[in-house]
Amino acid sequence: MYDYLLPEFLVERREDSCIRCRVCERQCANNVHLYDTELDRFFLSEKDCVGCQRCVELCPTGALYVHPRLADYRPNSSWTRDKMQNLKKQAATGGVVLTGSGNDKPYRVYWDHLLLNASQVTNPSIDPLREPMEMQTFLGRKPDTLKIEFSEGKAKLASEMCPNVPVQIPLVFSAMSLGAISYPAFKSLAMAAKETGVLFNTGEGGLPVEMRDEYADCAIVQCASGRFGVDLDYLNSARIIEIKIGQGAKPGIGGHLPGEKVSDYIAQTRMIPRGTDALSPAPQHDIYSIEDLSMLIYALKEATNYTKPVSVKIAAVHNVAAIASGIVRAGADIVAIDGIRGGTGAAPLATRDNVGIPLELALASVDKRLRDEGIRNKCSVMAAGGIRSSADAIKAIALGADGVYIGTAALVAMGCTLCHKCYTGKCNWGICTQNPYLTKRLNPELTSQRLINLLKGWSHEIQEMLGGLGVNAIESLRGNHEHLRGVGLEEWELNVLGVKGAGE
Amino acid sequence: MNGFNVKFGYRDNFLDNLQPVDILYNTRVSTDGCRATINALGLKHKELNDLLRETVQSGGKELVINNVFGQRYIGTRLYLPSEDNKLHIEVNKFPGNDLGAFLNGHRVIVHGNAQDGVGNTMDSGEIIVHGRAGDVTAMSMRGGKIFIRDNVGYRTAIHMKEYRDKVPVLVVGGTAQDFLGEYMAGGIVLLLGLNLQESEPHRANYIGTGMHGGVIYLRGCLAEHQLGKEVGVLPLDDQDKAKIDCYVREYCNHFGGNPEEILNGSFQKLIPVSLRPYGQIYAY
Amino acid sequence: MLVQKYYQNERFVPDKEMDACGLFGVMHTGGVRFGGQMAIDAIKNMKVRGSGLGGGFAIYGLYPKYKDYYALHIIYQNKNLAAKKVVEAFLKKHFYVIFDEEIPTNPDIRLFAPPLSWRYFVAPQKSSAEEDVPDDEYVISKVMHLNSEIEDAYVFSSGKDVGVFKGVGFPEEIADYFMLDKLYEGYIWTVHSRFPTNTPGWWGGAHPLSILDWTVVHNGEISSYGANRRFLEMHNYYCTLHTDTEVLAYAVDLLMRRQGLPIEVVAKIFAPPMWDAIRHMNDNDKELYTALRMTYAPLLMNGPFTVIVAHHNEMIGLTDRIRLRPITAGAKGELVFLSSEEAAIHAVCPDLELAWTPPGGEPVVVRLHTKDHLQSLNKSI
Repeated sequence: MYDYLLPEFLVERREDSCIRCRVCERQCANNVHLYDTELDRFFLSEKDCVGCQRCVELCPTGALYVHPRLADYRPNSSWTRDKMQNLKKQAATGGVVLTGSGNDKPYRVYWDHLLLNASQVTNPSIDPLREPMEMQTFLGRKPDTLKIEFSEGKAKLASEMCPNVPVQIPLVFSAMSLGAISYPAFKSLAMAAKETGVLFNTGEGGLPVEMRDEYADCAIVQCASGRFGVDLDYLNSARIIEIKIGQGAKPGIGGHLPGEKVSDYIAQTRMIPRGTDALSPAPQHDIYSIEDLSMLIYALKEATNYTKPVSVKIAAVHNVAAIASGIVRAGADIVAIDGIRGGTGAAPLATRDNVGIPLELALASVDKRLRDEGIRNKCSVMAAGGIRSSADAIKAIALGADGVYIGTAALVAMGCTLCHKCYTGKCNWGICTQNPYLTKRLNPELTSQRLINLLKGWSHEIQEMLGGLGVNAIESLRGNHEHLRGVGLEEWELNVLGVKGAGE
Repeated sequence: MNGFNVKFGYRDNFLDNLQPVDILYNTRVSTDGCRATINALGLKHKELNDLLRETVQSGGKELVINNVFGQRYIGTRLYLPSEDNKLHIEVNKFPGNDLGAFLNGHRVIVHGNAQDGVGNTMDSGEIIVHGRAGDVTAMSMRGGKIFIRDNVGYRTAIHMKEYRDKVPVLVVGGTAQDFLGEYMAGGIVLLLGLNLQESEPHRANYIGTGMHGGVIYLRGCLAEHQLGKEVGVLPLDDQDKAKIDCYVREYCNHFGGNPEEILNGSFQKLIPVSLRPYGQIYAY
Repeated sequence: MLVQKYYQNERFVPDKEMDACGLFGVMHTGGVRFGGQMAIDAIKNMKVRGSGLGGGFAIYGLYPKYKDYYALHIIYQNKNLAAKKVVEAFLKKHFYVIFDEEIPTNPDIRLFAPPLSWRYFVAPQKSSAEEDVPDDEYVISKVMHLNSEIEDAYVFSSGKDVGVFKGVGFPEEIADYFMLDKLYEGYIWTVHSRFPTNTPGWWGGAHPLSILDWTVVHNGEISSYGANRRFLEMHNYYCTLHTDTEVLAYAVDLLMRRQGLPIEVVAKIFAPPMWDAIRHMNDNDKELYTALRMTYAPLLMNGPFTVIVAHHNEMIGLTDRIRLRPITAGAKGELVFLSSEEAAIHAVCPDLELAWTPPGGEPVVVRLHTKDHLQSLNKSI
């Protein structure tokens, strides 16, 4: 059926610069550029262009220019072009409109309305280049008190600590499964995590057996509704086990890796037959209630002999604070909150853009609720979903997070340009695809270095800002709302965030 | 919130006031060679599993657990990768939820009814229940065998999978409740309906909704509307008959009964109509 | 427990709290009264289903000596004696108080912020203007007044020959605190162990919730809460306890007590058959179930739940229509059990004769001097 869709991008070629090297043609998995040798000219299939800028970046003479083709229909602030295009798509297919990556709607980004403090006169700021600046953070449950044996002037610890995992920087790569992303991308995350002393998260696509020796020690493995690749070896090899209840990009719905992406290798890692759809049901069918969650948390603790922290990841939804409290009481050592701007490999557009709440508000209310109930120390809180910079990360920590998950930012560091077409399997950057022709564009050695650089840069920035605040250990900022002020926010928003307005 | 100056705080329902395992071992376990008998009366979940682990580490290979009333996760913590480390565990009588969750190779025999989550994400081994089982039996099971003498509850074999040479098998002597084989992606389910009257249909509705792999063999009858729309009904071929024959005999070995008589009943085979049930629902 | 509070603006209606839990109920269909040991041991067996943030018991046939009088269990939070004075003045004005005493508690059991608990056996003392008001409605309105208007005073139960004992703690601690196993007998015991996802520390939040002699214990979350709540408001029930169990309790009161529908029908309102199943019914049923769904659509309880509802002569177990929460029934002679987990029944009744699990939406109705509970057996596993 004819789809009546307008191209989303304009592709311009400066004929005077083009040297007919055909890089653009080879680089584009969407077949936008087609070279006709007889006529010695390029033809364009503009409507297939997703605006990923791969051809632009790789064009040796800078002959290409791809830019959004904005309003073609009569301008209308209610019936926007996006809305109309989607209607046409559905009229042609009867399908659910898919999208990838994170929410791009102009919901308020609270990070941009929160400002950090700095020392002036009354206490000295610290220069992190010369003085110690500690970022190490322990993820896991902390006791209420410690038993200390004290004899002959010597103190000795007499209590047993719950399992905790240190990270050198409180930044952890978000769950991105092998299958959703390519093997080189997955491997890059693992290598970077290992190198920098942080963790990566396998998502629910399993952890390849041959990676376990080297990388399992910095892996958070997920046990999600599909239970793909979950066996005792997988669980026992990991550092942290995460129960995935929900994802910020698509709260309340499951996942679906289409059969064509389930290659031999993916099938082996997920422990399913090749070519079948890998369906992750919306709920975990052994968890219909909070006491069932408790049952799975302890099943995992039993399975690993109580040696690993168990994390529970939920999407930020309306009553996230109450849910988080229940999760802690159910025995979780870590609670991860994924906000509405969190990314995904594929999600229905309607869900991605309309379900959930912003991370900032969720995080502040969770932290407050856990403190009100006197159980904040019983868990670490991880903040996820749309952390774009070190400033966002440090603000998240000041709002109450122990650590921060970074997903989209890491993908961008690898080359992603947020074209939102992750679900097509045609990622020209080799990140979100299983096509070997495309995936070999990523070299884990190089890509992991980009990730390491990113963490290094962020880490320096965080240290600078911490030093500026006059503290030399990250824990002094954690949950320290005193160092945040809001601008341009309404009363209720300040209340929920628990911060004063600037100047107050 | 109350107006007091004290927070209610946290109370650990699983781990508070556990008895040390060495004391339990000395008072609860009697051994005879590699056979150990364990008295589970009143033990908490973790206490019993601590005790099982301790017993195995002290050389127990055959464990008989008596006075079990609702203790969970039996078998879960006994992760012994080596092939010759497989245990024989007998449970008297009423194990709690998640019996044999993540089970790795052991054989668990239950002389009584089991509850929800039998063989949850089980990898290999055998669970034999001389009674009935609750909801989500064999959920996400990937390998091994489960035999249930009587009925099973809701969502049995949900998202059961298979993987290379691992093909999980679930044999149920009675009938099942709704959503049998939901999301099923692999493996074999054999539902014998032995306790149903002549021409009494099975109890389950929505059988095999979202099924995209594996096979359900059903003895007895069933109305069409009980089936999910992703399921097709086929007559048996010789391979199917051979499989059914084999598992029915195994069932009778465990629980008694006449295999010929059972095999005489009418069987049908339910398989998914597509490996990609949801391939068409998206607009790209 | 009834509280009436009208919110001008939806924005300020407190969020509901979500609960998940362990449930247990036991009834002697011969009406023989027995002690609490079975209920206490069973719920203790399921300890991990609760988090120690609430537990409670409802006992029927509790006060044979005063069975013709409304038994009011009232707690005074913070042991507020001023509240007690106000309540007692109110009771004196609107009721004949036959007998009252402090509910005995065990001083050795330390619980979180225990209130002062008192019981009153009363008969209505109506003014001439209220003469035509039926007794039950009269009592309800007065109870609602006490709960809503007098700070720190809450009526936990108000039925005849029945009482609710509940508080913050594990249920076995509540039982020890009120010495239930030593002091009381009844022919129905229902008990609840709570795992809330919300702020603890309030005794009123525990289950069972009750209206007159109706009590409800509940496990799960009712996702349709908002729709149910707003429908019930139309019928003058105001949900102020912020728990979804409350809508169940009010819906039971509305449908069964006020509208006189039998539980078998009410079960099909809360957990109706799918339209798909209705399409396959005979004409009579098709008409009935279509009408039920059309009329009572706002009372469909959507989301996972198991409830045990009790009142005199009846104990009912019901799950949602796709059985997202567990229930198992058991029977031995004239004792009938309902429980979240089967092992808990076996633990307190080792020689159980029958154990069965009804399908979603199918009630197990245990009635005095009948075998009605066996009707669900055929449809069960």
